[in-house]
Amino acid sequence: MATVADLNVRAGRRSELALLGLAWMVIVLARALVDYNAAFLELVPLAIYGAVWAAMMIAAHVVLDKVAPSADPVLLPAVFALNGVGIAEIRRIDHAEGTAFADAQMIWAALGVTAMIAVVLLLRDHRKLRRFTYTAGVVGLVLYLLPLVPGLGITVNGARIWISVFGYTAQPGEFAKIALVVFFAGYLVTNRDTLALAGPKFLGMRFPRPRDMGPLLLVWAAAMLIMVYERDLGASLLFFGIFLGMLYVATQRLSWVLTGMGLFFIGGSFAALTIPHVRARFDAWLHALDPEVYSSGTSEQLVRGLFGMASGGLFGTGLGEGRPDLVPYAESDFIIASLGEELGLTGLMAILTLYLIIVQRAFRTSIGVRDGFGKLLSSGLGFAIAIQVFIVVGGVTRVIPLTGLTAPFLAYGGSSLLANWIVIALLLRVSDMARRPSEEVA
Amino acid sequence: MNEPVRRLSVIVLLLVLTLMAAGSWIQVLNANDLNQDPRNVRTLYREYGNFRGPFVVDGESVVWSEPVNDPYNYQRTYANGSLYAAATGFYSIVYGRTALEQTENELLNGSADSLFWTRLGNLFAGEQQQGASIELTLRSSLQQVAAEQLGDQRGAVVALDPQTGEVLAMVTSPTYDPTSLASHDTAEVNENYQELLARDDSPLVNRAIAGDTYPPGSTFKLIDAAAALEAGYKPDTELYAPQELDLPGTTRTIGNYGGATCADNDTMTLSDALRISCNTAFADLGMDLQWSVVERKAKDFGWTDSIDIPLSVTASRLPDDPNEAQTAMSAIGQFDVRATPLQMAMVAAGIANDGVVMKPYLVDTVRASDLTVVDVTEPEVYKEAMDRADANALTDMMVGVVDSGTGTAAQIGGVAVAGKTGTAETGQDTPPHAWFVSFAPADDPKIAVAVIVENGGDIGNEATGGAVAAPIARAVMQEGLRLDAEGDL
Repeated sequence: MATVADLNVRAGRRSELALLGLAWMVIVLARALVDYNAAFLELVPLAIYGAVWAAMMIAAHVVLDKVAPSADPVLLPAVFALNGVGIAEIRRIDHAEGTAFADAQMIWAALGVTAMIAVVLLLRDHRKLRRFTYTAGVVGLVLYLLPLVPGLGITVNGARIWISVFGYTAQPGEFAKIALVVFFAGYLVTNRDTLALAGPKFLGMRFPRPRDMGPLLLVWAAAMLIMVYERDLGASLLFFGIFLGMLYVATQRLSWVLTGMGLFFIGGSFAALTIPHVRARFDAWLHALDPEVYSSGTSEQLVRGLFGMASGGLFGTGLGEGRPDLVPYAESDFIIASLGEELGLTGLMAILTLYLIIVQRAFRTSIGVRDGFGKLLSSGLGFAIAIQVFIVVGGVTRVIPLTGLTAPFLAYGGSSLLANWIVIALLLRVSDMARRPSEEVA
Repeated sequence: MNEPVRRLSVIVLLLVLTLMAAGSWIQVLNANDLNQDPRNVRTLYREYGNFRGPFVVDGESVVWSEPVNDPYNYQRTYANGSLYAAATGFYSIVYGRTALEQTENELLNGSADSLFWTRLGNLFAGEQQQGASIELTLRSSLQQVAAEQLGDQRGAVVALDPQTGEVLAMVTSPTYDPTSLASHDTAEVNENYQELLARDDSPLVNRAIAGDTYPPGSTFKLIDAAAALEAGYKPDTELYAPQELDLPGTTRTIGNYGGATCADNDTMTLSDALRISCNTAFADLGMDLQWSVVERKAKDFGWTDSIDIPLSVTASRLPDDPNEAQTAMSAIGQFDVRATPLQMAMVAAGIANDGVVMKPYLVDTVRASDLTVVDVTEPEVYKEAMDRADANALTDMMVGVVDSGTGTAAQIGGVAVAGKTGTAETGQDTPPHAWFVSFAPADDPKIAVAVIVENGGDIGNEATGGAVAAPIARAVMQEGLRLDAEGDL
């Protein structure tokens, strides 16, 4: 099972430092542009801002150099760049609206980097996580269902994926995502042989034995529960999509994926027809520009986002020169539309490419690492980022119905940023093992 | 487990490519539609951020963009706004654009294809996109005279250059001042607009081209006469002209204005019938000619066709398959015959221009911000409505109207004026509309005019086209001739 593609790579710590320098320039220039275009440019705060980013980057780099010297060198610069561009855009919307989201997000970024460093320092071998397989499963499920607890969960925009404790709000689903990937990886690596057993043949394809369908049905039921009670297609799709992707990696059986997609399609259609909130989201997606749907308000946010992106065109209006503030939630749910407007299609493509690089590095790690758990963990985390990006960007660009998820690293939101930095920490940890020269592997 | 990871990475690549395709669709391929969407306020904000080109009349800007210190950057400014409102329309951050502000929008804001090189130049020079200036065919003094003459009476005046189709004057009354709608204070604009909308004399309507079309009354007899001349009638052909004409198939009759007798022996020439505007003679002539003949002649002058000058002009209407009685009524411009004042001006201009109707237009020259000419409107033949000999014969008959007929109030000393009055019934209890269409000089026409004063204007029930509308037309023609003498027409 531990098939190894022998990697003969340079550790690449120096490349990482160079790429971090590039990311730093992007981050500081973006903020300088934003402030300049708002006639707000002051050199001292800009210098402090640059110094803080440099400090975070150097800290992360030095720690990796010490405790994970073979870790993937591209992940960190790509994530820093996304995080910094996101904060610049949030700051730009702050200028327009008089809010102070960017400062808060900066604190969350610092906490995220700290959390990342802590995880890399404390977790020296990712295989230890396998011990917590079922604990992670329970934690994940509880976190996912937390918003349903009366008095704790709050409803934002019709979806109930937030909790509120002492005035602080959080999206526990973002953390649940990590716990569930750990659980799925641990569970699947143990049970993959059973799940891969051949069952009846149907339409020229071998389907799993009905008696092995239990886990799939269970996860499907949980996904449906999230969709029906939290009324959020995004969280449900993310949760179920991660499972299907990992199930496929573990069993190599396309029939599992098709069965799962069929089940989800049935459940999703049922929800779309019966749950008013989900139905409205579907209506807004299919008939966004329809005057009736627009004036009823259901598609207004989506359409305003489209207007913004259209006005950006190929090269964008320039940072700080568009009107992203005309779109509700321009700093969080719609930050992709805001960036599309000001950086243009070119900028949007660049951002998508950064995400693609992160995901492909995760997959590369999965191929390189020896242990099955590590393979599933890294490919699962990578796929989680991929699906989340697809759900968010697809929602804003009308590929799929709009949901309440936010763009990883870009959007305003502490839970999301913190959780995704932890995802990166785990990926860095696994990649260190994957890329370490063979003889050094214990 | 490596193989499925590789496949998964291909799937992720496909997902990202899908997103990139969607982004390209929204931001490039379909961007134009989204940017044009009226619900998209961004376009408005961006437009206001650009320098919008001016409207120019007689070499002077009458509408321009003034730099101001607010988020819109420029304040659209209208000098003597109400005088040109019918042509320019307004440009409002709340209610959008109307009239030429709308039709010429892409030139004014600089985004038109024809301004590509100018835009490119601006781009390289690091300058802001600059809109083009639009030079109108209107003449300020003619606008002024027409507006003064109409005063606060409801109605419209249109003056055309018969040889080119240039719209020399287009005045509608009452009107409004676009300044009141161009403010950047949305509450104020809202209030002003609602106030204009609430008025029952509809000041926002351009009566000259797009109001409710009017029954043309006796001015329509010009169409009958043109049709008759083409059918072989001569100006001295005798017509049946009784004091009262029975309407076939009904118990009703048609009489003449004030119940007058047209001729002692119940016959008179075509020329005399036009001169004194004898209803019974033309009603009978209409029935003799058959409606289809009159209808075709009306269409030859533009009826039932909607044109853009570039403002869109409401099509003038004709009855649908009228019976004999209805034909008789239609022949004197009643029943279901309707016309815009511009249409009636085109009738006068067509007769004046040897039977050739030129296409009316309001925009003369478009200049880029560096003053290079982007576009000049070339005069264009719209319809060949009559042959030359018939047109000249009809001109002579119309001179008779002004010399010694119903239109003597339009006489100008030393100049032969051709004209036709109209007094259109509007119903039992409402005063008639007063019409006058004319051109001068008759032998070398420089200006053709149509005037309508709704419901008799200041004199109400006693109004006739000759009494109310003819003096207005006279003043406008006189000013036109003065401009011509100075070489300004």
